[in-house]
Formats: sequence, structure tokens, C-alpha cells
Amino acid sequence: MIKVENLRKRYGASTVVDDVTMTVERGRFAVIVGTSGSGKSTLLRMINRLVEPDAGRVLIDGKDTRDEPAHLLRRRIGYAIQGHGLFPHRTVAENIATVPHLLGWSEARIRPRIEELLHAFQLDPAGYAHKFPHQLSGGQQQRVGVARALAAEPAVLLMDEPFGALDPIIRGKAQDDLLAIQRRFGTTIVLVTHDMDEAFRLGDRVAVMSHGRMLQYDRPAALLTRPADPLVARMTGIADRALRLLSLTGAGELATPGAADGPEIPAAASLRDALSELLWRGASAGRVMREDGTVQGQLTIAAIIAHGKPA
Amino acid sequence: MSLRPANLLRAATLALLAGFLLWPQRFAPLFAPLTQYGAPPIYDQGDLLQLTLAHLATVCIAAVASTLVAVGLGIFVTRPSGAEFLPLSRALVNVGQTFPPVAVLAVAVPMVGFGEKPTLIALFAYGLLPIFENTMVGLQTCNRELLEAASGMGMSARQRLLGVELPIAMPLILEGVRLSLVINIGTATIGSTVAAKGLGEVIIAGLLSNNTAFILQGGLVTGLMAVLLYDAVGMLERRICKSAHPA
Repeated sequence: MIKVENLRKRYGASTVVDDVTMTVERGRFAVIVGTSGSGKSTLLRMINRLVEPDAGRVLIDGKDTRDEPAHLLRRRIGYAIQGHGLFPHRTVAENIATVPHLLGWSEARIRPRIEELLHAFQLDPAGYAHKFPHQLSGGQQQRVGVARALAAEPAVLLMDEPFGALDPIIRGKAQDDLLAIQRRFGTTIVLVTHDMDEAFRLGDRVAVMSHGRMLQYDRPAALLTRPADPLVARMTGIADRALRLLSLTGAGELATPGAADGPEIPAAASLRDALSELLWRGASAGRVMREDGTVQGQLTIAAIIAHGKPA
Repeated sequence: MSLRPANLLRAATLALLAGFLLWPQRFAPLFAPLTQYGAPPIYDQGDLLQLTLAHLATVCIAAVASTLVAVGLGIFVTRPSGAEFLPLSRALVNVGQTFPPVAVLAVAVPMVGFGEKPTLIALFAYGLLPIFENTMVGLQTCNRELLEAASGMGMSARQRLLGVELPIAMPLILEGVRLSLVINIGTATIGSTVAAKGLGEVIIAGLLSNNTAFILQGGLVTGLMAVLLYDAVGMLERRICKSAHPA
């Protein structure tokens, strides 16, 4: 669990982070979203003390982060940045082993861990472990960057625009992978982005920052239905907020059991995608299919529309 | 080592140099046309091989010293604590380069006497600049993203320097060492004016006795050594750095 209490950072006359308080529960995925210059990166960097706060404190699992030397603290916290920051003179395996080496893990413990991570990120260890970063594609480099951040099994992972340099298709894949990895390892993640779609797609909780202040920190749906500030409403998008709201719920959650017909809709698809599919087919209802190919139930356009209205 | 043209040329140059140094008299017919009045065509006032080795040793000792000091200084002035010494260090190193080695010899001899010592001092000062500048540029151009990633993962300042910054700056540092070595192989010939053992002796003997063959021998051996050394450090450089800096 990460507790940020009244953090403040000033550079000269400008306050970059102004009295920010937030809590990220264990195993949660928090996304901090804001325009450039909103202080979101500085806030993130104060969690692992790459930036020292002027006031306030950060607790990780109840322990003040200032209780140990900064470099030792950082070995317990995964850190992934935009453009991956892989060491060009080290192989993929050596890059991933960076923090385990710093922590003094034995080779016998490091090797299987590298293989496990490469498998988890769909990189064949035999083919990739001994490659150098410049021999990988952008998407592969990014995956290795995240694998490296997770290598020492950190309970907390901080990510600063990790997907910013990827093209939209690879980015979507990387986001899915990250969610799968998070479920698998149960890591607490704090991710910074300027992309609201990314924030809604990834976050259990989304924090909206502007000019150093945290305007709202809430469930994604609450940001849409009960924005605490007009700026939050503007940033989350007023014109397509109903659709955004639909995108937060899976088709499986709204399916009613029983007889079903119409086009097939995967249970994992969002209501937004389901609605689009039904409109495209000219159908008023569809069959929600589980991943194993069995029918879960019926989903009607009426039910979707009802869900798109804030409660 | 494959039999590529470059390797053949390398081997041939090395064989030529070694052959001449081991059996100089066999080359006498080649140099004879350059002599007059029956003067010896091959340097006969000392052993060429020993002079060459002494020459090489002087240059290498000076290079090791310049490298240690220049790299150390380059690291120091790129740390936050040493940043304010950057202009001063730069000025000092620049003086070492602009001050002619002959003048350094003239100043050093009264202080340390004749022989190897003043030569070492002159070569040391002369060799600092290329290594220092390259070390600094190498360390300063180290990608900020990388340094941030290194710190973010919990490397201490020392681990970051040894594990990331120096390996990445290494090609440039070696390039500086290479330049410095080659410059000093040539420059070291002036050491003979203050009685340091070296190939300058052969050249000076040739100048004094008006023997073009001697001058040419001193010059050629020095030149071949410079070429071979330049090549050798280049190979070392490629070997160490092939992964970090893809072509």
C-alpha cells in the first residue's frame, strides 16, 4: 500500500506539486493523468525519491520512505520510464537482471526469474535473452523495460508514460499485457500518463492533476458521473462521456441469463464495443459468449443504453 | 582473424617492422644509395631494437599516466561535486597541449635532470588533452534517460559510473587514448635531445653526420609503430565496444 501525505514540491517560485494526498491500496492500479507541467511526473518521482519532497511524506506498507537510503528504497520499487532506458551495452538478460544483481541474488535464482519474465512478456528466452536492445523492435524494448522493472518482484511498480513512444496498435497490446501481468503478480502500480483513454483503460483509480493540485482521485466511473471540478469534466471529455462510461463495463457484467440470439459478443468486450457491434449489425440484442465458447446470456441495446446514463 | 585484406596488410606491416629491427643489416642494400662517402647505410651506434623498445616504453608509461589523470579528471568534473572545477581543469589541460613539448623539456631538464624523466613529463602533459576531452564528452553525452533509469533502479552513484557511464563512454575514451598515443610516438623522438633512449637518437645521428639513411630509418620505424599502435587500439576498441555502439 502506498500512502502519499500532503506532498509538496517547489522549484523556485513555482509550486510543482501542491499538497497532494492519495492512497493506493495493495494490488491496485492507480493512474495519474494530467497535462504536461501538471506535476504528475514529479509526484511519481517523489514516491521513489528521485525527487525529494519539500513537505509531506510517503509511506509504503506503513514505512516512511525516508527511513532508508534512497538507492536501497529504489531497489524495492520497480521503475519503468518512457523510451524504456535499457542499457545499450548489456544484453536483454543482463538488463533484466540489473536489480536482482544489485540485491545480490544468486545466479541460480536470477536465471529462472529472467526466463519466467521473458515468457510472461512473450519473448522466447532462447531467442531474446542474449540479444542487445538495439536488435529489438520498439515494442519489444518496451516489454523488456517493464520486465526489468519487475525483475526483483517489487510489490510496487512506478511507470512514467511507459507507452508514450509506441504506436497505437502496439500500445493497446502493451496495455493488455500490463493488465495481465498485474493480475498475475499482484503488483501495486502507479502509472503516469497524459492520455485519458489510457488512464480509463488501465486504472482502478484515476487521479486528475492540474497545476500541481490533485483535482480528483476516484474510480473512473465517478470521474465521469460526479466530476469534482469543471476541469475534470473537461479533461475526461464531455461530448463522449456516455460512451466512455460504457467502456468501463464489460459485456459479461450486464448479460442476462437465458435464451439468447443475435450476433456474438465476447464477454470481455466493453459495453461500448458491444453497442458498436450491435449498431453495425442492426440488431437490438446479442449473445454474450464466454471465452470457452459457451453462451453466457443475452445483452440488449436497451440495457446498454440504460447503463450509459449516470445513476 | 580471417584472411581479409586488412589483416594481411596488418601482418605484412608488422613483419616488415620486426624484420627490420631483428636483422637490420639485411636491409643495407636498400639504404646504401642514400649514403655518401662510404658512410654506414644502417644505424650502427646502438641496437635499433633496443632503441625502439625504449621508445615504446617511454610512450606507454607516459600514456598510462596521462590516461589515469585525464580520465580521473574527466570523471571528477562531470560529477555534481566537481562541476565547478571544469573550467579550471580545461584550462590546465589545454595549457599542457599548447605548451610545445620542446619547451617543456627546456623547463624540465634543470629541475629533474637529463634522461627519461623530462621526456616523460613532456609526453604526459602533451597527451592529456585528447583523453580528457573525450572522457568528458563521453560522460556528458550519456543519455539522461539511461541515467534516470539507473538511479531509478537503485544504483548508487558509484555503481552508475562503473556500470553504465564508463562502459558507454568507453569508445570515446579509447579514441582519445589512441590519438594521444599516436601523437606521442612521434613527439617522443625529441626526447633524444635530452639524452632519453629512443628513436630520436637515430634521426639526430643522421642529421649530425648528414646521413639520410639514418634519418629515414628513425622516421620509418617511428611511423610504422604509430600506424600499428593506432590500428591495435582501434581493434581493442571495436572488441570492447561492439555491443554498446552498433554501427
